[in-house]
Amino acid sequence: MYSKKECVAMLLAGGQGSRLYALTTKMAKPAVPYGGKYRIIDFPLSNCVNSGIDTVGVLTQYQPLVLNDYIGNGQPWDLDRLYGGVHILPPYQTALGAQWYKGTANAIYQNISFIEDYKPEYVLVLSGDHIYKMDYSKMLAFHKKKGADATIAVLEVPKDEASRFGIMSVDAEERIDAFEEKPKEPKSNLASMGIYIFTWAKLKQYLIDDEADPESSKDFGKNIIPAMLAAGEKMYAYAFQGYWKDVGTIDSLWEANMDLLNPNVPLDLMDEDWKIYSRNPVKPPHYVSAQAKVENSMITEGCEVYGNIDFSILFAGVEVEEGAVVRDSIIMPNSKIKRGAVVEYAIVGEGCVIGENAVVGARPESISNKDEWGVAVTGPGVAVPDGGVVRPKQMVSAEF
Amino acid sequence: MNMSNVLGLIFANMHDSTIYEITKARTMGSIPFAARYRLIDFPLSNMVNSGISEVGVITKHNYQSLLDHLGSGREWDLSRKVGGLHILPPFGNASSGIYGGKLDALNGVLDFIRFSKAEYVVMSDCDVVANMDLRPILDAHIESGAEITAVYARDAFRMEQTRSATVFAVNEENKVYDVLITPELSGECSVSLNTYIVNKKFLEAVTVYGVSRNKVSFERDVLQGMLRDIYINAYRYDGYYCRIDCMKSYYDANLSLLEPDVRKKLFLPHNAIYTKVRDRAPTRYGLDAVAKNSLLADGCEIEGTVENSIIFRGVRVKRGATVRNSIVMQDTVIGSKCDVSCAILDKDVMVSDFRSLVGSSLYPVFVAKGAVV
Repeated sequence: MYSKKECVAMLLAGGQGSRLYALTTKMAKPAVPYGGKYRIIDFPLSNCVNSGIDTVGVLTQYQPLVLNDYIGNGQPWDLDRLYGGVHILPPYQTALGAQWYKGTANAIYQNISFIEDYKPEYVLVLSGDHIYKMDYSKMLAFHKKKGADATIAVLEVPKDEASRFGIMSVDAEERIDAFEEKPKEPKSNLASMGIYIFTWAKLKQYLIDDEADPESSKDFGKNIIPAMLAAGEKMYAYAFQGYWKDVGTIDSLWEANMDLLNPNVPLDLMDEDWKIYSRNPVKPPHYVSAQAKVENSMITEGCEVYGNIDFSILFAGVEVEEGAVVRDSIIMPNSKIKRGAVVEYAIVGEGCVIGENAVVGARPESISNKDEWGVAVTGPGVAVPDGGVVRPKQMVSAEF
Repeated sequence: MNMSNVLGLIFANMHDSTIYEITKARTMGSIPFAARYRLIDFPLSNMVNSGISEVGVITKHNYQSLLDHLGSGREWDLSRKVGGLHILPPFGNASSGIYGGKLDALNGVLDFIRFSKAEYVVMSDCDVVANMDLRPILDAHIESGAEITAVYARDAFRMEQTRSATVFAVNEENKVYDVLITPELSGECSVSLNTYIVNKKFLEAVTVYGVSRNKVSFERDVLQGMLRDIYINAYRYDGYYCRIDCMKSYYDANLSLLEPDVRKKLFLPHNAIYTKVRDRAPTRYGLDAVAKNSLLADGCEIEGTVENSIIFRGVRVKRGATVRNSIVMQDTVIGSKCDVSCAILDKDVMVSDFRSLVGSSLYPVFVAKGAVV
């Protein structure tokens, strides 16, 4: 038990998430709050634990402080283990010099010795950008049954959206015969979910070869996968069915949160058999006052609600004063919505104060020019003054 | 004051009989309270927040729920190499049975007390809910030079409403000169908050002395019995607290948390009350949900109406159901079109559709754990 692990997970958490703008200026994308009490990284971490994978390397690079603090010793996910557990892996200096992670493949390359410590047969490569519940042990069983060198999890996407993804073509045996990154004219609708299982001995060789290639951009999607495919390695597509959402943009982050309020969306956070774990903020229960009106919403510990909440998600420690209205919005931890303020179709970052009678965002039907409409965003720590206005689609950061 | 010099002792089973309906299958310390806590969370968090890092929890029977709740003590930051949480079930040996009173219980854990390097012991029961800083009390204790400091509050005491209380008579020099146990009194009294600071050496000596003379009660045999021989200092606590000594007071204490002022005094941001983490999703309110003046924990699904109530983790209130002036504990399900008013529903209760449960605020209906109505 203490000499090897069958499968080690490597979680790529160094991404900036630049299309989340103000929300990721001070934290990496996997640390972005989601769903009332989670951060995005809770999903892959909880999936690992629930799938029986107890050794996870988290590769960090961009703004890691929030993430480091959040993951800590891994205890909230039951990943504080004597052997294995969660390890944060930033780039480090070696006798040959120091370098940043130059790409997803290079990040794994630089941690070959971490992986080798566990002598795994398989390596699961994950990203910290997606919201989904998935049993990786089933994918691993598939990988073993097929005797594959690489298995890529795929999801059927609508044909017209396929050009946004890495698209696989497969034969009748689910063996991948072609892979195209963001094709203009997609040949299939099987999109890569950014979840890979590799037979470690194979992957290691490809990582070493790729590192030696000065032309390579050291990326799984652009280099490793095409190289393995070109060499005729046994690569299979593992079809995933269920909810999966990339939360890389403001709109998709907003939608993925709103999906939790839709009873028809198959992402059940209440499922006791596949819990999503998170670091608990230690707050009292939430209070809803006699004047408050709360419908179709999710509210968590530490909130004090005196206003009207509809189709919204309140994170821990949010206060909504009397007469304030929050609709179709996401209010991140410890923010305060003051008396008379109206917040609609907005994402309010952590620790914001929305002043009295301020207006943040607007309903789409209230704007005649649809190009001017979008989700309004206030970055972490923004104070919108009393009577202030944040227009739809506007994004304000701390200097507001 | 260096609080590493202080050992905490919590008595989880004291006062069980005052609220026997809820303690039928649990200890006083593991009674659910305030939507997501257990009563022991309050004395335990107070000790931790005051800097005490070595705590023994003395228990007697029905302690499975308590063990499950406390685990390694990690959630209170008491999973330590040095000190930390020690659960002390009755340490019976061939010649002695299960303990009778608090003094007897102390005798059972005497080796644990002796082993500690602390000079002072803070002893607390689980019947008082407060966010109490123990540091000024310890300072006052040391300054007084007393053997024991007893914490009390001025309280409008009414005999007919209590099943157990210790009342002190205190002079101008904060010295206790009389101790009454559940007396026939009314009006404002100095009621014990069952929190004591005792010099450890004295506690060890008095335990051995008492037990060798078949004395088992700390209150009767030490506070009352030795009153003339020792110095008992009184410390008046003026912060917010509630004493739970019967069903009515349990009910009132829970509902008092609907006052914003009470929550502010009990849930201080810098002195959090810790509890076991359950990893439930946030509470979801449905399309026709109505929630008014209520306190709710995580993991609930509210589709009906909730008013003036305390709703614990994982409760489901189905469409068309109404819950008013009630306490609903973990994972209880209220069926659709039910009418629940002035009730205390223990854990895992299932109220079938269309049922009606109506109590009175003076005598709330109680439904036992796991019952199907």
